[in-house]
Amino acid sequence: MQAFFDEFLQWLPNVQLAHFLIVSAILFSLGIYGIVTRRNAILVLMGVELVLNAANINFIAFSRYGGVNMDGQLAAIFVIILAAAEAAVALAIVLNIYHRFQTVNVDEVSTLRE
Amino acid sequence: MSQELLLTLSLIVLVAPLLGFTLVIFFGKKLPRQGDWLETSIISIALVLSFIILFQKLTHYHDQTLSLNFTWVDFHNVPGIGPMKIVLGFAIDNLAAIMLVVVTLISTVVHFFSIGYMQGDVRYSRYFAFLGIFSFSMLLIVLSNNLFLLYVGWELVGLSSYLLIGHWYEKKSASDAAIKAFIVNRIGDIGFFTGIMILFATFHTFGLQEIFDGIKNGTIPYGSEGWLTAAGVLIFCGAVGKSAQFPLHVWLPDAMEGPTPVSALIHAATMVAAGVYLVARTFPMMTADALMVIAYIGAITAFISATIAIAQNDIKKVLAYSTVSQLGYMVMALGVGAYTAGVFHLVTHAMFKAGLFLGSGSVIHAMHHALHHQNDHHTDAQDIRNMGGLKSKMPVTFWTFVVFTLAISGVPLTSGFLSKDEILAGTLAFSGLTGHSLVPLIGFFVAGLTAFYMFRVVILTFLGEHSDPHRLEHIHESPKVMTLPLVLLAILSVFIFYSFNPFSAAGWIAHAVERPESVVPAVVAAPSAEVFGEAAHHAHGTAMMLSLLVAGLGMLTAFATYRWKKINADKIAAHVAPLHKFLMNKWYFDELYNGVVVNGTLTWTNILRWFDDTIVDGAVNGAGSVTKVSSFISGKFDSIVIDGFVNMTAYLSGFAGLVLRKVQTGKIQTYIIFAVFSVMIFYFAFRIW
Repeated sequence: MQAFFDEFLQWLPNVQLAHFLIVSAILFSLGIYGIVTRRNAILVLMGVELVLNAANINFIAFSRYGGVNMDGQLAAIFVIILAAAEAAVALAIVLNIYHRFQTVNVDEVSTLRE
Repeated sequence: MSQELLLTLSLIVLVAPLLGFTLVIFFGKKLPRQGDWLETSIISIALVLSFIILFQKLTHYHDQTLSLNFTWVDFHNVPGIGPMKIVLGFAIDNLAAIMLVVVTLISTVVHFFSIGYMQGDVRYSRYFAFLGIFSFSMLLIVLSNNLFLLYVGWELVGLSSYLLIGHWYEKKSASDAAIKAFIVNRIGDIGFFTGIMILFATFHTFGLQEIFDGIKNGTIPYGSEGWLTAAGVLIFCGAVGKSAQFPLHVWLPDAMEGPTPVSALIHAATMVAAGVYLVARTFPMMTADALMVIAYIGAITAFISATIAIAQNDIKKVLAYSTVSQLGYMVMALGVGAYTAGVFHLVTHAMFKAGLFLGSGSVIHAMHHALHHQNDHHTDAQDIRNMGGLKSKMPVTFWTFVVFTLAISGVPLTSGFLSKDEILAGTLAFSGLTGHSLVPLIGFFVAGLTAFYMFRVVILTFLGEHSDPHRLEHIHESPKVMTLPLVLLAILSVFIFYSFNPFSAAGWIAHAVERPESVVPAVVAAPSAEVFGEAAHHAHGTAMMLSLLVAGLGMLTAFATYRWKKINADKIAAHVAPLHKFLMNKWYFDELYNGVVVNGTLTWTNILRWFDDTIVDGAVNGAGSVTKVSSFISGKFDSIVIDGFVNMTAYLSGFAGLVLRKVQTGKIQTYIIFAVFSVMIFYFAFRIW
């Protein structure tokens, strides 16, 4: 355990691709967790944003460490724009849902189920 | 007259009755008088043409055979045989020309007689139509120069005989007799057909002349004289059936169920003589052994039927057995080699036997009328014991009947004397040459019997007292249309038409129909025509004396017994009761055949039916049940196992659906969890791998 810990402390300041990927994974997991656990549609949307940004971090990281061109960063910018658009549409939908059902609880909005 | 014209005329004679048949059978009911005049005039024209043909043939082409051939089928190249053509045709030689006249003459006479006899019959036009088809088929036999057309005609006369015997088919006995005649004839025809096939297999032709030529050139069936004898005997089998020879003679007496003119035409004069004609036609190919068989069959037939005839009481039955006996005579004549005598007897017999039958028809006609007048439906109109004393009432019938009886008994100055005498001389010559003395012995004995039973009929029918004097008053002579044919036939039964010398048969027929030379190899040939003719000539005087003696004896006995009552017939019959009963019952031939052939066949068919019912049907039914059981099992298998599988699949699907549907919550979150976990599972799975 002590050996593992020492190795970890040695590894941690030595910033490289894995660090970014781990952050990204944590962020992705938090996003998924938010999507799955939250009942409020707004919070679900926020989870989605987290997932998207986790992907962005991946893009940037791969672009910085692996790539020879700017493609990754380009994709990240693209995703940010996409996320903005998505947020706009999704919020509009949520607004409409609220109008219709008087709630933003996704569990109660289940008329598509049947 | 040219040959072509003569042949054309003969073809007209052949086809005319067929035309008449066609017209009358289809339109008979619509024609005036139901078409009897049509048939009668057609056959009369045929008679005139036949006379012309005969005259021309004898005067211009005496020693020639006029023939007309045509290719019926050409098989081209038959494997193993080479080119094969079936050539059929017609031929007129002296024999055919004479037969042509005999057939058309008797046919014409019978047609005229029938107009009177069949008046008011229910199927009057049909009757005449059948007479037409009969004439056609008989003429086909006569004119054919090959076995094929001969066989066709042969079967057609069988058919017309069947139709005419069964003319009154409402009567069970008549329809039975018709069937019997047909079937018994078939038995003979099987032999005939086999004989034809043996010859065809060897010579690949049906033409008689070609076959004779082939035999003459040394080709014989399968290289063995035995086969040639077999072929001859088998062809003779056909004659045995058609000419009612022992052992197939049983149908002819029963055939008397037909109308009497039919009996005269078909069952006395022409059709039954076809067998004799056939043997005469195929005479050159008969070996000595075959001729021996023919001679003995003829002799046995003559003897058996003559003995039966003396114990019969039905006038037509007596005449029928007399016919069988006389046919036996002709066959015997051909068998012993007296070819000319046999053919001559065929001609003379045709005249007087047709006359006898027509005479009996006239008597029966009168009896029917009288019985009808008395409202008597029980007395048998054909039983001679119910007759007697008809002489004064029916003089024409009586006197013509006497002439015919004299002719058949062989009394001088009649035609029968000439031909019978020749036959007896022939049998004597035969026994002299071969040592078979049984044949002439039977010949003379039968001659005596014939005279006896024929005079018995005459005495019982026409002389003495009638059994019922009251009935006699109602008996009248038959109309002219019936008596004139009788007179004509009676005239034709006088010697002058056949030979100018009343004691010698050497007239135009003997000259025209000479015995043809045998074509069979010399080792199996009968004594040649010269040798035989010499012997017959020597035997002639003896034969004449003896035949006169036996005929006189027979007549005397008949008169002594039935006219002068010096001999009591009943007493004698009682003395030899078993014999009398034996003869009365026709030697028990019918019973024998019923017992052996009919019952044998029935037993055999019953066995076969049992076999069919139990074994074959059992097998079929067994197969059916096995199939049924197996299909039941397979059905159960289907409904339980296969259907079970299918149902189980469906049930499982349903169950799976029921389970999986819980997963389908419709909540995004759940799906995302699934997705994430799936990805994680995949991830780890691939990592491990």
